[in-house]
Amino acid sequence: MFRKKEWIAMLLAGGQGSRLYALTRNLAKPAVPFGGKYRIIDFPLSNCVNSGIDTVGVLTQYQPLVLNDYLGNGEPWDLDRSNGGVHVLPPYQKSSGSDWYRGTANAIYQNINFIDRYQPEYVAILSGDHIYKMDYSKMLRVHKEKGADCTIAVLDVPLEEASRFGIMSADEEGTIYDFEEKPKEPKSTLASMGVYIFSWECLRRYLTEDEADPKSSNDFGKNIIPKMLAAGQKMVAYPFDGYWKDVGTIDSLWEANMDLLNPNVPLVLGDADWKIYSRNPVMTPHFVHPGATVQNSMITEGCEVAGVIDFSVLFAGVTVQQGAIVRDSIVMPGAVIEEGAVVEYAIIGENAVIGKGARVGVRPENIIDKDQWGIAVIAEGVHVGAGAVVAAKAMVDQDIAGEEC
Amino acid sequence: MRENATLGIIFSNVHDEQLGVLTEKRTTGSVPFGGRYRLIDFTLSNMVNSGVEDVGIIAKSNYQSLMDHVGNGKDWDLARKRGGLRILPPFGHANSGIYRGRLEALFGAMSFIRHSLSEYVIIADGSLIANMDYEKILAYHEETGADITVVYQKETLNGEIVPDTALLDLDESGRVTGVRLGNQFHGEQNSYLDVCVMKKNLLERLVSDLSSRNLYSFSRDLLQGSVGTLHIQGYEFTGFARKVCSLKSFYASNMELLSQDVRKALFLKERPIYTKVRDEPPARYGLSASASNSFVADGAVIEGRVENSIIFRGVKIGKDAVVKNSIIMQGSTIGEGANLDYVITDKNVLIKDSRILMGFATYPVFIAKGSIV
Repeated sequence: MFRKKEWIAMLLAGGQGSRLYALTRNLAKPAVPFGGKYRIIDFPLSNCVNSGIDTVGVLTQYQPLVLNDYLGNGEPWDLDRSNGGVHVLPPYQKSSGSDWYRGTANAIYQNINFIDRYQPEYVAILSGDHIYKMDYSKMLRVHKEKGADCTIAVLDVPLEEASRFGIMSADEEGTIYDFEEKPKEPKSTLASMGVYIFSWECLRRYLTEDEADPKSSNDFGKNIIPKMLAAGQKMVAYPFDGYWKDVGTIDSLWEANMDLLNPNVPLVLGDADWKIYSRNPVMTPHFVHPGATVQNSMITEGCEVAGVIDFSVLFAGVTVQQGAIVRDSIVMPGAVIEEGAVVEYAIIGENAVIGKGARVGVRPENIIDKDQWGIAVIAEGVHVGAGAVVAAKAMVDQDIAGEEC
Repeated sequence: MRENATLGIIFSNVHDEQLGVLTEKRTTGSVPFGGRYRLIDFTLSNMVNSGVEDVGIIAKSNYQSLMDHVGNGKDWDLARKRGGLRILPPFGHANSGIYRGRLEALFGAMSFIRHSLSEYVIIADGSLIANMDYEKILAYHEETGADITVVYQKETLNGEIVPDTALLDLDESGRVTGVRLGNQFHGEQNSYLDVCVMKKNLLERLVSDLSSRNLYSFSRDLLQGSVGTLHIQGYEFTGFARKVCSLKSFYASNMELLSQDVRKALFLKERPIYTKVRDEPPARYGLSASASNSFVADGAVIEGRVENSIIFRGVKIGKDAVVKNSIIMQGSTIGEGANLDYVITDKNVLIKDSRILMGFATYPVFIAKGSIV
């Protein structure tokens, strides 16, 4: 009934993204809007399709409504297939009891039946919260050439940042001989990108063993990888030198969006041979009113711009009224910036309204105590009243009354 | 409305000759419009938004771009098992050439029409720019008990030549008492918008009857010819509607999109205009870019200055280039320092650095598809 597949992908999309606070109140991190018309999950999903993977299991757990809705039948990514395609895999009740996904490895373990149906030789395990463009098929070729049991994509990071990642030590051949999850004193600068290719038969065995170990936290980085390494399985590091960014924090999410405006950053969204697909809103081209100023910005369809836009990313259907100023900011779908409002160094959530003359965020040069400075965040649907002031670094998840009220 | 109670028929080739250069390699229906659309998107979306989910598009010639655009209809939600979208290319009779008129085209599509179980049929041109609720027209049709309901718009004509014009004379009850055909009229008139509704079996009867007498024009032979024998009722459409039937009306109706009122009348949240999805990234503006009073689609990269213009998907405008009062279609590139005023470039045109092209409001310069200037 199910045709055998050489490889399939499992996309871990259950993360809450708690460090994005207000932005992930009602949706999982992979569903957070990014880059004008995308959501974070578009990147790994498009990478899969562009790499020739036509079967993707998406593991969801935290606030899956938006994500489920967004993925739908997978048509925007060409993943509406009768054999394969995209499958949303939430935790489910079994005859032996029910369980949430306890860790990344446990999430895959609970879906062994799904994977087995396709009898794949290889399984790619991906995480749903990174921005990058990568050809997984090249990585698979290396996996096969080296006869590896597990291949881990690695990025050379600055030494001072290395302790935030899983750090690998590899010999000249790329064979990994040491792995440490978030080490205090990193021995190398090769950081795991959270992209793995496993030979399924081998992974299946380790998942089953790991599940039987009550002390394990059922996590790839903490348990599976160290166990495989200790048992002498062939582990290979696959170096990647393109753009890659973990958008797990407010600052990194803001930065990654701003990177799109920087011509020197090697993340091109428009190249025809590696498109990033997304579910398109049905909207008109954007309209720039007479008297508006738009510079060094990205503007998506459905926007109406009458104010000043500088170094900003406007998502679909955003309105910026006359006299309003948006600088160094991200304005998510459907938000309205009313007349004379000023938005600087801020992230404005979906459908939020910034009232007339309100001020959100502060430029770093206009603040004396630099510790008080940061990106201001307005959560989805929040209404900031006319004339209200939102400080730098503030995290607003409730309506703020305006002056006239 | 009952499911598939109405069959939709769209003509995609009607103004091919009048549009000239624009339809050299495509049908009227697939002429690009408004930054990201094709003309047929409006009629096709109206069908879907009015609950018509069984639609045939009659094509005559050059319909490759049309097929490429509509595909299996999924972007309009018309990829269906029950009904859905069908392209109806010419049906080759031994003695038939290419259709001479809409009526003849309907005759060629007769087997498709007969096959449908729908009670009503709505027939519309794929070159009308309007957001029209056909459900209201159908309701009016049932209410008045008419045999045929034709949609018109009140217009003041100034004697300009508009090809393929049909004007309606109405009595107080809105019943059509006369149809005048021509291409040059004056004064306050009721212009037929090439949208009509009737029972499907009436259409079948009329088409086979008239065809057997070698008649081929829908407006002359079917409408004008039936005024005395059938109850033809006029339905006034009061929203925004433009027939695109010449290069001039093509330019003018594009430019009208720069008016907020027009955009509000055409692009309604609850009745969206669908089009083919192209997966372009958002539009990008460079450091020295400026834009004013312009409609800009995704995928555009703007480094220069844009004023009063329609910029399609994937257009690139170089540094210090100035584009004014122009329509730049998909994939065209305007080189650094180039200066364009009243210009229409078709798809994939390259205007090299520092070139200067100037037309005039009543006579815009047209650059053919794929040209290099």
